[in-house]
This record gives sequence, C-alpha cells and structure tokens, in this order.
Amino acid sequence: MDTPPVISTVNLVKIYQDGGVPVPAVRGVDLRVEPGEFVAIMGPSGSGKSTLVHMLGGLDVRTSGEIWLDGDRADTLGESAWALLRRRKIGFVFQFFNLVANMTVADNVELPALLAGASPREARERREQLLGALGLADRAGAAPAQLAGGEQQRVALARALANRPRLLLADEPTGNLDSRNTRDVLKLLGQVHRDGQTIVLVTHDARVAGLADRVVSLLDGQIVDDGALPVSRRRPRGGVGDVVELRG
Amino acid sequence: MRPFLLALLAKEPAHGYELKQALEQTFGSAYPSPNIGQIYVTLGRLEKDGLVRAVDVEQSNRPNKKVYYLTAAGREALDDWVDEPTEGPRVRDEFFMKLVLAPMTGIADRMALINRQRRHYLALMRDLNELAERTDPDNQVALLLIEGAMLHLQADLDWLERCQEDLS
Ligand SMILES: Nc1ncnc2c1ncn2[C@@H]1O[C@H](COP(=O)(O)OP(=O)(O)OP(=O)(O)O)[C@@H](O)[C@H]1O
Ligand SMILES: [Mg+2]
Repeated sequence: MDTPPVISTVNLVKIYQDGGVPVPAVRGVDLRVEPGEFVAIMGPSGSGKSTLVHMLGGLDVRTSGEIWLDGDRADTLGESAWALLRRRKIGFVFQFFNLVANMTVADNVELPALLAGASPREARERREQLLGALGLADRAGAAPAQLAGGEQQRVALARALANRPRLLLADEPTGNLDSRNTRDVLKLLGQVHRDGQTIVLVTHDARVAGLADRVVSLLDGQIVDDGALPVSRRRPRGGVGDVVELRG
Repeated sequence: MRPFLLALLAKEPAHGYELKQALEQTFGSAYPSPNIGQIYVTLGRLEKDGLVRAVDVEQSNRPNKKVYYLTAAGREALDDWVDEPTEGPRVRDEFFMKLVLAPMTGIADRMALINRQRRHYLALMRDLNELAERTDPDNQVALLLIEGAMLHLQADLDWLERCQEDLS
C-alpha cells in the first residue's frame, strides 16, 4: 500500500469574524505534502500563510473543508486530541516564538522530547546537538527573556526539532536573524531535510525558500502557484559562477 | 575583463596564465573562470591601445613567454575606472517589459509570467545556496560576492510579490 501524504487538505477555508465583519483569510486551499517533502509557502503579508499553517497544526479551527494528516482525518478532532497529535508528530515554530518564559533554554528544548517519552539522556543529547548546530550552546542555562529575538527564534526551532517530529511546521523561522545566524538555520534545515524530515515552512526569505523542493504561493487566501523549483539550465557546467555573472 | 586585468597588472607584471590563476584565486568559484583564450584576446587589445606592454622572456626548454606590464596610460585608465561611480542594479528590467507588453498582445497571462519568474529566481537562489556551501569559508571575497547576489535576488522576489499584488 502507498504511504498516504503527510498532509492533505480539501477545500480548506478560514473566515475570521472581526467585530461581526467576516474576514476570509484562507479561501479553499487544496494542499498535498508527501513524506520527506520540503514545501515553502510564500506570499504577501495578509495572504493567509500563518492562518494556513496554524490550521495544519490544529492551532486554529478551520471554518470548513478537511485536513488529513498521515491519512487520518484531523480537522474534526477536539482540542485535547490535537494537543496529543502535536506532541506525537508535529514540531511547530511560531512567527513569534512562544517559549516557556520561566524555563531555561535547555528545558524549553528538552521538554517536547520528554513529553513524547524520550529518556532524559536522549533528550539532553539531542538538545546539545541542536543548540550546538544553531550556535546557542552557551545559552542553554539562560531564560528566554535574557535572549535576543534572533536567539529566541533559534531556540524555538531547536525545540520544534527536538522530537524528530513527523512534520515540521515553521512560520518565518528566520524573520529575526542576521545573515550569519540565518546561515546556521539554513544548514540545519538542509541537514534534517536530507535525513528525511518533512517540512512545511512559511517564509519571505528567498534563501530559505531556495532550500525547498517546492514552493506554494498564496495570494488573498488562495494558492496561485504550486510547483517544484526548476533545475537551472546553467547547472551541468558545475561552476555556478555564471549565476553571479547573471546578476551583473 | 579589461579593468580586472589592469588591476592585477598594477600589482605586478604577469603572463597570461598567471592572470587567469590570480582571478580564480581571488574570486573562487563565485566568479566565472575566464578561459585562457579570452585573457590573451583581452591582453592583445590592451596592448594595441597602449595600456599594457609585453616583453618576451626566454625560458630554457620551453617557448618564450610574454610577460605583460602596465604602462602609464594603463595606470591612468585603471584610476579612471576606480574613480568613476559604478552603475547600480538595472532600473529597466527585461522581465518588466515582458510583464507590461505580453498581456497587451494576448501572448501571456501576467500571473503565469510572475509565477514562472519566481520559480526561476528561487532556483537561482538554490544554486547560490549550494555554491555558498561549497565555497571555502576563508574566501571572504567569494562569500561576499555570493551574498550580494542573494540580496539582489531577494529584492527581485520582493518586487515580484508587489507586482503580483498590484496587478492581480
Ligand atoms: N485572529 C484574527 N482575527 C481576525 N482577522 C485575522 C486574525 N488573524 C488573521 N486575520 C486576518 O486574516 C488575514 C490573513 O492573516 P495571516 O496572519 O494568515 O497572514 P500572513 O500571510 O501570515 O501575513 P504575514 O506575512 O504578515 O505574517 C489577514 O487579513 C489578517 O488580518
Ligand atoms: Mg504570518
């Protein structure tokens, strides 16, 4: 039997009510993500990117339509069933971090793995590896409030990956990073993706989107483009140098 | 390539192959490696214009090689090149011309053009990501060149997004 897609949505719709005025944020999205795929979601501000990934993670309730995760219907689940599902198979990076304020960085990252039943030793090793890869090894004992925005953001990514989740959902995970820190995040994302991690990631950052297998563009809550990145014509020559020349 | 060769020769006289190597070492894979033929053609033109001069150096068991050095006129041309303001990124863009003109003639749909261009830019970005990964971390010049190209691409993508919003 074929493995079902990690994500499949059918005519997914979200309409917010803003003081009695309906605000359609997502308007009929059909999205399929296969195991191991890395999908970047792009689009202008307000096009519904966050709303879409929040629904995929059960953090926002859909107005209509269906969400299937790993072949199981998910949009009909209640809050506690969603919480369980997230703990079991979804790592989520929010646009605005959401770290637990009164826990250290190390505990923030280890918590999801511990909740999912990892041994303290496993959780610690994974945490050390992730914080190291993101250049945060020496911040392990700090509280989130003591960190710069870009550091908190990297901690949030480490936390989301701690569990080796079936699905990583990330909303602008490099929105607050300078270029060196972005490079660390790119490296880590590239690495976990090569190891088979399925990723759905909202981003304005073309460097991040350039890592994806496929880009989905949203406009006014609808998908206006969905497709693989083409293999560039210049590639076979090995030297990508002419890419730079092209910019001249 | 003319000013690059002049700049390298301002540092020290060199023969064609040394110039090729110096270009490669300086820019790494971030700059297209010129073939030796192009370099000799360019040197020939510079010589004709009086900006460089060549002397034959005898070699014991090989044919003579030509070593090039900068003339006073060459030095002046180099100074002019360095001093003059440099053109910024293009203001008129061929893609923009397509975007404006194609729909008028019914050849193409704007959204389709924008979507295809976005994928193209992102594929270039992927190549640059891979190039950055393959580049020697100590080669600052090459990495800065790549980063500059990435920032330009980012601007192009942001602008495409604007086009898509405003023209839809
Ligand atoms: N809780 C809410 N109540 C009412 N309207 C909302 C709510 N959340 C989002 N919206 C509206 O839904 C639309 C989509 O918002 P969303 O946050 O998904 O956009 P986005 O693509 O993530 O934008 P950005 O790039 O700025 O993060 C916007 O018009 C927004 O104002
Ligand atoms: Mg958002």
